[in-house]
Amino acid sequence: MQHNVNWLQALLVLSLSVTLGWTVEVQRPRGVPLTKRQFYDEAKPFTCLDGSRTIPFDRVNDDYCDCKDGSDEPGTAACPNGSFHCTNAGYRPTFIPSSRINDGICDCCDGTDEYNSGASCQNTCKELGRKEREALQKLAEITKEGFLLKQQLIEEAKKGQQEKQSRLSELQDSRKGHEDKVEALRTVKETAEQPEKEAKERHLKAWEEHKAALRLEKEKAKMAEVFLELDDNADGFVDVSELQTHQELDPDGDGTLTDTEAQGLLGGAHKVDSTEFMNMWSNMKEKYVSEVCPPTPSSYDSSHDEQKDSTSDKDQERDLDKDPDSVYPEDDLDEDAAGEDDEDDDDDDDHQVSLLFCIATPFIQPHHIFLSQQYICVCVYQRQYKIFMYTLSTVSSVCERERWCLLCNAALLPFSFRALEKEISFDFGPSSEFAYLYSQCYELTTNEYIYRLCPFNRVSQKPKYGGSETSLGSWGSWSGPEDNKYSVMKYEHGMGCWQGPNRSTTVKLTCGKETAVVSTSEPSRCEYLMEFTTPAVCLEPPNIDTQVHDEF
Amino acid sequence: CPLVAAAAAMGALSLGWFALCLGVAVAVDRGNFKTCEQSAFCKRQRAMKAGQSPYRALLDTLELSDSRVTLQLINDNNKVHLLLELYRLQGNMTRVKINELKPLKPRFEVPDVLIADPPTEPLSVVSRDENGVVLSLGDEARRLIVSAQPFRLDIVEGPQVLLSLNSRGLLAFEHLRPRKDTEDDNQPGLWEETFKSHTDSKPNGPTSISLDFSLPGVEHVYGIPEHADNLKLKSTDGGDPYRLYNLDVFQYELYNPMALYGAVPVLLSHNAQRTMGIFWFNAAETWVDISSNTAGKTVFGKMLDYVQGASETPQTDIRWISESGIIDVFIMLGPKPADVFTQYASLTGTQSFPPLSALAYHQCRWNYNDQEDVRAVNQGFDEHDIPCDFIWLDIEHTDGKRYFTWDPSKFPKPLEMLQDLTDKRRKMVAIVDPHIKVDSGYKIHSELRSKNLYVKNKDGADYEGWCWPGNAGYPDFIRPDTRAWWASMFAYDQYEGSTENLYTWNDMNEPSVFNGPEVTMHKDAVHGAWEHRDLHNLYGFYVQMATAEGLIQRSEGKERPFVLTRAFFAGSQRYGAVWTGDNAAEWDHLKISIPMCLNLNLVGISFCGADVGGFFKSPSTELLVRWYQAGAYQPFFRAHAHMDTPRREPWLFGPENTALIREAILQRYALLPYWYQLFYHAYLTGQPIMRPLWVEYPGDASTFAMDDQYLLGRDLLVHPVTEEGARGITAYLPGQGEVWYDVHTFQKHNGAQNLYIPVTISSIPVFQHGGSIIPKKLRIRRSSSCMENDPYTFIVALSPQRTAEGELYIDDGHTFSYRTEKKFIHRRLTFANNTLTSRSDALFHFTLEISSE
Repeated sequence: MQHNVNWLQALLVLSLSVTLGWTVEVQRPRGVPLTKRQFYDEAKPFTCLDGSRTIPFDRVNDDYCDCKDGSDEPGTAACPNGSFHCTNAGYRPTFIPSSRINDGICDCCDGTDEYNSGASCQNTCKELGRKEREALQKLAEITKEGFLLKQQLIEEAKKGQQEKQSRLSELQDSRKGHEDKVEALRTVKETAEQPEKEAKERHLKAWEEHKAALRLEKEKAKMAEVFLELDDNADGFVDVSELQTHQELDPDGDGTLTDTEAQGLLGGAHKVDSTEFMNMWSNMKEKYVSEVCPPTPSSYDSSHDEQKDSTSDKDQERDLDKDPDSVYPEDDLDEDAAGEDDEDDDDDDDHQVSLLFCIATPFIQPHHIFLSQQYICVCVYQRQYKIFMYTLSTVSSVCERERWCLLCNAALLPFSFRALEKEISFDFGPSSEFAYLYSQCYELTTNEYIYRLCPFNRVSQKPKYGGSETSLGSWGSWSGPEDNKYSVMKYEHGMGCWQGPNRSTTVKLTCGKETAVVSTSEPSRCEYLMEFTTPAVCLEPPNIDTQVHDEF
Repeated sequence: CPLVAAAAAMGALSLGWFALCLGVAVAVDRGNFKTCEQSAFCKRQRAMKAGQSPYRALLDTLELSDSRVTLQLINDNNKVHLLLELYRLQGNMTRVKINELKPLKPRFEVPDVLIADPPTEPLSVVSRDENGVVLSLGDEARRLIVSAQPFRLDIVEGPQVLLSLNSRGLLAFEHLRPRKDTEDDNQPGLWEETFKSHTDSKPNGPTSISLDFSLPGVEHVYGIPEHADNLKLKSTDGGDPYRLYNLDVFQYELYNPMALYGAVPVLLSHNAQRTMGIFWFNAAETWVDISSNTAGKTVFGKMLDYVQGASETPQTDIRWISESGIIDVFIMLGPKPADVFTQYASLTGTQSFPPLSALAYHQCRWNYNDQEDVRAVNQGFDEHDIPCDFIWLDIEHTDGKRYFTWDPSKFPKPLEMLQDLTDKRRKMVAIVDPHIKVDSGYKIHSELRSKNLYVKNKDGADYEGWCWPGNAGYPDFIRPDTRAWWASMFAYDQYEGSTENLYTWNDMNEPSVFNGPEVTMHKDAVHGAWEHRDLHNLYGFYVQMATAEGLIQRSEGKERPFVLTRAFFAGSQRYGAVWTGDNAAEWDHLKISIPMCLNLNLVGISFCGADVGGFFKSPSTELLVRWYQAGAYQPFFRAHAHMDTPRREPWLFGPENTALIREAILQRYALLPYWYQLFYHAYLTGQPIMRPLWVEYPGDASTFAMDDQYLLGRDLLVHPVTEEGARGITAYLPGQGEVWYDVHTFQKHNGAQNLYIPVTISSIPVFQHGGSIIPKKLRIRRSSSCMENDPYTFIVALSPQRTAEGELYIDDGHTFSYRTEKKFIHRRLTFANNTLTSRSDALFHFTLEISSE
């Protein structure tokens, strides 16, 4: 990361200064860096570096502070704001606050800061320099390899992104179609209900009379709805072939609705418009079964079909049991598939009892409960329950029931859309290099706990020897410093602490060949810190550009 | 540390506790602590109203010896005889003792608190008749008048009554008696008492004592810490008395008379003419009632009285009630505040002279998690260029709350960690609490058990209670052999992983017993011949005494100890520092830290501080900065925080706040020479370090109730900013004809005025007295010991007469050689005629900066 680059650059500077240090021994007052040497000329009075004052040169380093900026005492502790330059030949030169001169503690590796304190300082610069060079070399290797890996990750992410994008547009199309349908239904329903309400208010006395008319209206509305349903190509006409999708209308009960029979139902016409259809409706309404529910809108099928490796229901259960071995990508679409299984299992019952189903959608685990006279649709969305409950008494006919069913599905549909949209909209880094972490989990076992980081999802902690899992936070945001945003991840709103905040976790990312959690700690109560290595944060090594390109 | 986390720490062992503790999470649960009404003896005693005393002095029993007068008293209601002893003590003090003439068995008298038998001076009978006796208390027409019927004592000086005892007839002495199952005996609370689920068997029956004191001409009384209340004590009419009973109070409330962690039964009275003190020498549970004939009156009412001439003399009445022991009172007659401090110090000793580094900045947290954490915090101070002398470890550093041990996985190499600190010339404090885990594999426990040194329960078995480690025993520190053994545990070969830069913190020494009555030890627990009831308030005093002794012994008597305690009693000043316990990150808690420490300083305990930042809850950055600024000018300067609060090392709040906190700490370090000199004085003379203004300006009535500003020594006036969002403060600068200098700007201000000063977030209003010289060190380094050879800078603030005086005290900063070998430099500095003179022996390099406008 940024830091590492600095080190690499420092290495270059270092070798330069080392050479200078050995060849040219320049005389200068104690604590003055070479770069400022020219300001300290023994032959002239000294002017404070801020220009504030000029003093005789013998007052430089006389252990009394004359300059406001501390520049007259580079080699003593006299000025509160002064600094001392350690040459540190063999290692990095550095400045220390002048309060550390002769304080009995060796701060410069060359020991030059303790010239009058009695402290005996060893010169450790060469040793430090050697160690640093080794460390930098190692780091350079890691950076190099990590950066190669990162390029691959970026390639993969590109492909993945494209796939998801196309899936999203598919889903978007089907959603549009679905929404239109729902909207049409809603309009029909509302137009049907609106007069009902108004009539009730205005014509209380004439209620009975109107009731019949209203029933007719209602019938019409239903009919209109059926018309829309049947009108598959939405050309404003129901034709024979469209009618033939409803074999249950077969008048002779031989199981086939022939062209002729269908035409008969349509009053002999090949196709009818909605006004004409009204007249024909009475012929069919006894037998008609709505197509809206339960068949699933095709969009769902298309989405989960692509997930060949979807996690099975059993996996999901195991996951809930907190089996530490199960890596459980909480992939939206996997859960979708799981829900789909549910639906299939229940299919048989469905036709007998007209059970309402919610179609499983991403992040949603559906549970269908049939209680003699009630439809309950429970959708679990990220641990929050959405409950749709309808009793039979409020759902007077099969069709109305099915309309509810459709609305229910419509209510859920956006989730599947949103989930994919969410994944696509995740900030996986400037080149999506972090995309590979999505739906993965990484663990670290310590003395007491097993920590698990599922990037872009959640962090948790579980006692090693039994006990329940504790959430240490859900994905919050990238929160590195402005110039290095992708170096820190923040997970928030974990389980609450007694009298304290909700648990949260800061994940610090460093360059590594492996993707792994390397350490965890709890520096403050309920605020966790994780160190995580990944090639995705490896920066391009500046001095091995050519090699990188060679290998590409 | 607070009670509640205990429950969390003990986990499954104490689910019941956890539930209970959750209930008290918001603030103090008053229901856990007794009111006077719920304390049988207090209720009994308080039911007795002022009136004719049933006690009569039997003048013919009077015996006069060189050192004392004895006299019998009889209670005409029950014919029980008491023995009254009167002493005239050196230094203008009178001691009054009352005990049963022939108690069924001895009654407890407090040992080990007085530094010696107070030297007496001869009393003489001035006159005597059938109504009473007049005794001379030396010259100046000071007399002690004993009136026979009803019995009362008056101390007079010339025509003026200084104070009277039993003038309201509230002397009551419940004599020891065998239990008879009469109706009287079966009154509730006499032979048994139940509070919540705890029953106190009272094998000795009722034993309480009470006595009243009247202070004519007095409107201001102070002292009797520890209470979270203002400096000036309030009237207790219509409410509970101030209570003295060392308790671990979880999330204590402010501005009420509830008992807290420590007790010093010393009350000071002050008016423009005279300052006096009453030392009620009793270590049992004690309640103090205060009433005043002017307390209820408004300023306007008082003026009206004055104008109409209808005013009676103001008077404050005090009544002490204790559960057991004897009546033993030292009356310190002043007359000046400094005289009272000297008198009290002659009885209980002076402030211990701490190592210099203990006066610097302390960084604490419950808890620094492991060695790596300590290393990072140590380094953090260097990275942010903030000085720090001590890093502290709370209970989590131990192996399962077994004190004297280290958690093997978090602190596997304590010697290495301590060496890291030594390398930076820093030090460490580790906690050692007096509750000892009952665990046969734990050396400390098994030795205590085999040597039979634990406190016993009423049935004679080792007393056990719940505390941090779970089931715990409590060493009987009242026994000298227990203390000697405890002290020996601090030897380097006993306390593994300890080094000479490791010091000690005694917490939970009230003692705290999570499942005990009022979260403390059962009163019927047994210490040898005595019940815990008799000496409860002494327990913490002894723990700190034994610990300090241990630190001295481990260095073979060479090094000064540093021990912080939460519980304390009269005399605790001799063993180290005290802090105000588990406060909270609230502005009011910041404000109350001043009067709490002032009251402690008035009764000898100068080394006082509050947790900077507040222990419970999380401070706003403004509050944290203000607390650092205030704490930098209080004697004990330590930041501390509860485990459940976010981290708050000084550099965690952005560069601006880091700079503000650094500046506050730098100001502390710059003033260390002055602090050190103040402590040397406190050690030598018993004069307080933090002083209410009236201590130096006893005639200035406007200062009598002031507790938002104070003096450090005589020469610095501190008015910390304790208001949120403050734009300015009004400081009162005392002294007609005197001048004060703003220490930051050197601006001169006249005395005897209220001065409004605009403030910003960086302001710490401090003023130096004109006519003083204050030594500072302006080269501030990473710890105080790095600064030991640095030059001094004298800040000379001239008086209107263009003179100034000051002093300089220097020694090695950490050994007893200042005492044993007189190795120190103590110089008086004088500035006059534009010349600074001192008999400086040129050992030190002086930098001179003269500020005179």
